[in-house]
Amino acid sequence: MAGGSDAGCWGKFLAGSAGGVRFKEIGGKLIVLFAIFINGLLYGGTYALLAVGFALVFGVAKIVNMAHTGFYMMSAYLIFIGVSVLGYPLIVAVLLTVVGAGLIGVIAYRLFLDRIKEHETAVMIVSVGLALLIQELLLLFFGGHYKAIPPFIHGFITISDQQVSYQSILAIVVSAVALLVVWFLLSKTMLGIAIRAAAEDREAASLMGFNVGRISMIIMGISVVLAAVASSVAASIFTIFPTMWLHPLVIVLAAVILGGLGSIKGSVIGALILGFAESIVVLTVPKGGYLGGVVSLCIMIVILMIRPEGLFGITFEEERL
Amino acid sequence: MINYFRLWYRYFQVEVLSIPSRVIALIFFIVIGALPFFTQSPQVLRILILAGIYAIYAVSWDLLAGHTGQISLGHGLFFAVTGYIAALLNLHLGFGPWLTIPIGALCAVVVGLIVGIPALRLRGFYLALVTLAFPIILTGIIFIYPDFTGGELGLFGISRLSPSRLTDTYIVYVVMLFSVFIMYKLTDATSKFVRTGLVFQAIREDEISARKSGINTVKYKLLAYSVSAFFAGIAGGMYAHFLKIMGPSTLELTFSFQAVLWAIFGGMGTIYGAVVGVYTLFPFMEVLRFFPLGDEIRGVLFASVLIIILLFMPEGIGVWVRDKIEITCPRCKEINIARRKRCRICNAQLRLDDQSS
Repeated sequence: MAGGSDAGCWGKFLAGSAGGVRFKEIGGKLIVLFAIFINGLLYGGTYALLAVGFALVFGVAKIVNMAHTGFYMMSAYLIFIGVSVLGYPLIVAVLLTVVGAGLIGVIAYRLFLDRIKEHETAVMIVSVGLALLIQELLLLFFGGHYKAIPPFIHGFITISDQQVSYQSILAIVVSAVALLVVWFLLSKTMLGIAIRAAAEDREAASLMGFNVGRISMIIMGISVVLAAVASSVAASIFTIFPTMWLHPLVIVLAAVILGGLGSIKGSVIGALILGFAESIVVLTVPKGGYLGGVVSLCIMIVILMIRPEGLFGITFEEERL
Repeated sequence: MINYFRLWYRYFQVEVLSIPSRVIALIFFIVIGALPFFTQSPQVLRILILAGIYAIYAVSWDLLAGHTGQISLGHGLFFAVTGYIAALLNLHLGFGPWLTIPIGALCAVVVGLIVGIPALRLRGFYLALVTLAFPIILTGIIFIYPDFTGGELGLFGISRLSPSRLTDTYIVYVVMLFSVFIMYKLTDATSKFVRTGLVFQAIREDEISARKSGINTVKYKLLAYSVSAFFAGIAGGMYAHFLKIMGPSTLELTFSFQAVLWAIFGGMGTIYGAVVGVYTLFPFMEVLRFFPLGDEIRGVLFASVLIIILLFMPEGIGVWVRDKIEITCPRCKEINIARRKRCRICNAQLRLDDQSS
């Protein structure tokens, strides 16, 4: 199997990353609650950044971009190259990565996805192929070992006997700021109006004079930049390895579906729900590292059983194409 | 008696020999069947066996997703359920493969029905994502009970499918032929004997119209799930008994994507496409192992070939080739060789823009 080298990447992903909060012993219930809160925000913020990018590409370009978390992984490795191989300062490496990843995303869109957009299944498989290509290239050049990139700020703050690392606070703040920027972009600028128009009705937007093809390209760039931002703050908390795209992919897909396809607000809320669920399970249930993804997916299934269109999705009853 | 044979030969001539794709399929299956007479190297037999198993697996995905329209991204679930049940029955109760594989496949059918119930409420992308969740949930369960299920390492010490690798090859070959044939017939929309093919396609194209025409779509969707799960299960059981080890790797996302990759690479919604996809991509990947450097770059090559082929042939390589060598008569809908100008049955002009005739 092309990517089946690592049988337990699930457990290792979660077990290897206990999150931003390190607590020595579980003293009182309050301390656990606090840890759950911080970790939930951390996971939820990272997943929300990824889910918003995915939802934007799906909404505007109508592409199920399975390579989205592949770009997230690629950005983490680009930062790793910048810092450890080329020896740049972290901030320079991150800035270069954010710009470079956006460019790579746009180029990948123009070269591979744009051409066969009419064939929905083929474009999905091509995006899986892209993700596999990124994974195999990384495996070829870096091997399957676990890598780490340094955090922006070392050290931690102690709040009620809890050590909260500055990096996780930074990650939460950056996620929130990035989400606010996306919200501002979508609701207050001309580009945002164009994006929302194209998401609503491609043909009508095209007739009104918007260049839908160019909007799709820009949105692809924005989504990959968001993935790069997510990896730049979160990758120093999680370990990086060439199959790290699988777990976030499942969570992102679950979050987007949970919130309702095409709804940006829904995907943010879905990502936060799943992030908190994962944080609760990992910190309270024994062997929770294996169960984090499972519980998230069970939540998704239960909600879809009650509301088949997701929390904020809109479908017309018995919709016909 | 002679006349009877002559009739059959005539039938064979009209239905097989005049249609290039069927001739190619016939030659292909004969070659695959005869290959062990020429070489019995374990590597070649291994590739043949695994390709046969994966062909059943990919075709079962194609029946569910390509024909019935119920896109499933977690098809490895059925494969793994049977593999695990066959392994457990074999290890704890000592049943042989001839018993464990059918029992496991029936359990897969039950699982298929459980997964099929959400399918009644969900459609399209939502459904695909829900099916993706089930194998991951099962992985979590397997990791929590490592004593019983083997955990990350899996179960080993399962008995062989048959005493030698050569007989393994032929068992898998025969099972593959029968499974693919049955699934091909079940999804044949022009069939005069079973109407499942037509109903499946109706559900894929427009479920509400199908229901409006008096088709019990619930029954047929669950039927599609059961049949697909059964055959994927057969493949999974043979896989466990052939490799003699069953681990959670078959529950991974990548393994479920493999079925989708193969089927779409060959051509989705055509049973032969999945077979073409498996028998081109899988041996290609395995043969690369024998070359120096091949083992390192085979992943990169696999992804690149996949992307490039789909960029130029988005319908799938099987459909692309078929379009090149065959043309359907516009009047009587019979299939002709592409180089003919007039239909072999009704003599109608095949191409409207052909000025020479």
